[in-house]
Amino acid sequence: MVRSPPADSVGLVTQHKAIFEEPLALDCGRELPRYELVYETYGQLNRDASNAILVCHALSGNHHAAGYHSEHDRKPGWWETCIGPGKPLDTNRFFIVCSNNLGGCHGSTGPASINPESGKPYGDQFPVVTVRDWVRSQARLAARLGVTQWAAVAGGSLGGMQALQWAIDFPERLRHAIVIAAAPRLSAQNIGFNEVARQAIMSDPEFHGGRYYDYGVAPRRGLAVARMLGHITYLSDDAMRAKFGRDLRGSMSFDFDEVDFEVESYLRYQGQRFVQDFDANTYLLMTKALDYFDPAAHFGDDFSAAVRPIQCATLLLSFSSDWRFAPARSREILRALLENEKPVSYVEIEATQGHDAFLMPIPHYLDAFSAYMNNVARELEG
Amino acid sequence: MNPLRRELEIVADWIEPGSRVLDLGCGDGTLLQYLVQRKGVIAYGLEIDPRKVTRCMDRGVNVVRADLDEGLADFHRDSFDHVIMSQTIQAVRYPDKLLEDLLRVGRNGIVTFPNIGYWRLRTQLLFRGRMPRGPSLPNAWYNSPNIHLCTIRDFERLCASMGIEILERRTLDRAHRANPLLNIAPNLLAEVAIYRFVRGAQSL
Repeated sequence: MVRSPPADSVGLVTQHKAIFEEPLALDCGRELPRYELVYETYGQLNRDASNAILVCHALSGNHHAAGYHSEHDRKPGWWETCIGPGKPLDTNRFFIVCSNNLGGCHGSTGPASINPESGKPYGDQFPVVTVRDWVRSQARLAARLGVTQWAAVAGGSLGGMQALQWAIDFPERLRHAIVIAAAPRLSAQNIGFNEVARQAIMSDPEFHGGRYYDYGVAPRRGLAVARMLGHITYLSDDAMRAKFGRDLRGSMSFDFDEVDFEVESYLRYQGQRFVQDFDANTYLLMTKALDYFDPAAHFGDDFSAAVRPIQCATLLLSFSSDWRFAPARSREILRALLENEKPVSYVEIEATQGHDAFLMPIPHYLDAFSAYMNNVARELEG
Repeated sequence: MNPLRRELEIVADWIEPGSRVLDLGCGDGTLLQYLVQRKGVIAYGLEIDPRKVTRCMDRGVNVVRADLDEGLADFHRDSFDHVIMSQTIQAVRYPDKLLEDLLRVGRNGIVTFPNIGYWRLRTQLLFRGRMPRGPSLPNAWYNSPNIHLCTIRDFERLCASMGIEILERRTLDRAHRANPLLNIAPNLLAEVAIYRFVRGAQSL
């Protein structure tokens, strides 16, 4: 960050922690005896607590969605483009909450937390959590914050799916769901990519069955490979061609250890940077939660029946060049909502950036998102 | 609330409270917002222009960005009580196919269009030898979105050939008033035509 944050940033922010001592029953049949959620908030909660918006993060995200932790931060939170004064999630009007999901590695209870039963890090003993579990854990956070009904629950990618799960599981506790670049469930191709990522991690000799904390090591190479793979799926073919083409760093080395192409250099850099502050066990858990996300599974495989309980209005956004969760997947959600005569708006945004577009300042995206949120804000005034 | 164009008032009068409405080419959502506020309808709009889509969302109107030339595949048969096309049919690529699709997803159709048979437009072609332009047709031939203009007689012929039963026709004059004199020769005197129709007994 430069000396002072930009005027449309929430600026310096601090994180909070909520501790829940009552056990949380999980979809896998186990329970967490206690758990902690680390979260950040931006803006002010109004008197009747009606202006709160929950932001859900994606696979590799966390609770730091906007602003800076210190003057020395190079980069702001992950959704800085959309959260701040005058932005779609306008902190002059809304009280924004973002929590790190259970199983995370940025402060919420996760695989590196101490297991009260063993006194050691959970490691492979951390239960496989689901999107429904996350929603249930966040419902308690809402109660703790005095929010009985969110003005909106919003997220992109996995976060969008979490917003959708909120609308299904707690229909009376949100007025709008903002579901961006999401899908009703993963395709075989999506699951395939996740499985390759997991295999990369688990086949790293430093993995030690997930108990690598005990050995003072981490499966960094495996996690970096997983991230490199993931990163390819977040970009479009066109975006990669425009960014790197077949540009060489120098001349061809005729050596496997050397970096020949710019795209290799970029992916290696992304992988190396990622492993500095991300935990491999969390990556396993998050990809599994994505794979298991399937609201229809609890409604006889009928997605239309799954969305029937929804009472909120839904905004669906997709991006034309996103092939990880393509516009066609958002249309599946749209159709199910239309079948049930639910209030819904849907816009496919023209964008070249692929899945990552939901993090980017694309004018039509921000305009559409802002316009929708204007109306959400107007409802607050009654 | 902006005062509705007379045309939209007529359309709104045909909509029963609480009904399900789809507006094809809903523009900035003026009509749908009016219908939701006054009639409590369940309403969705389809619109291709991103800026108009954004206006709809700002108003709280349900809107889907869509290209009508790709049909209405997102909607099941009989999903709506009314499907409206206000000043839209002349701008789509396949008006006949869209009409068919319209009456698949809706029980009632409502269509409004600029009547190219209107005498002022006819005289432009006849005496000046130029493609007609007017308040309802502001663009030049080369940049007009209106690629399938028709007369009142043309539209009624198409409906007859498709087995569509017209329930009611209303016409407006140049000042967008409902003038009883227009009924003498609507195809010559009316600038705007407004129809309400259903699937015919033996059609579709």
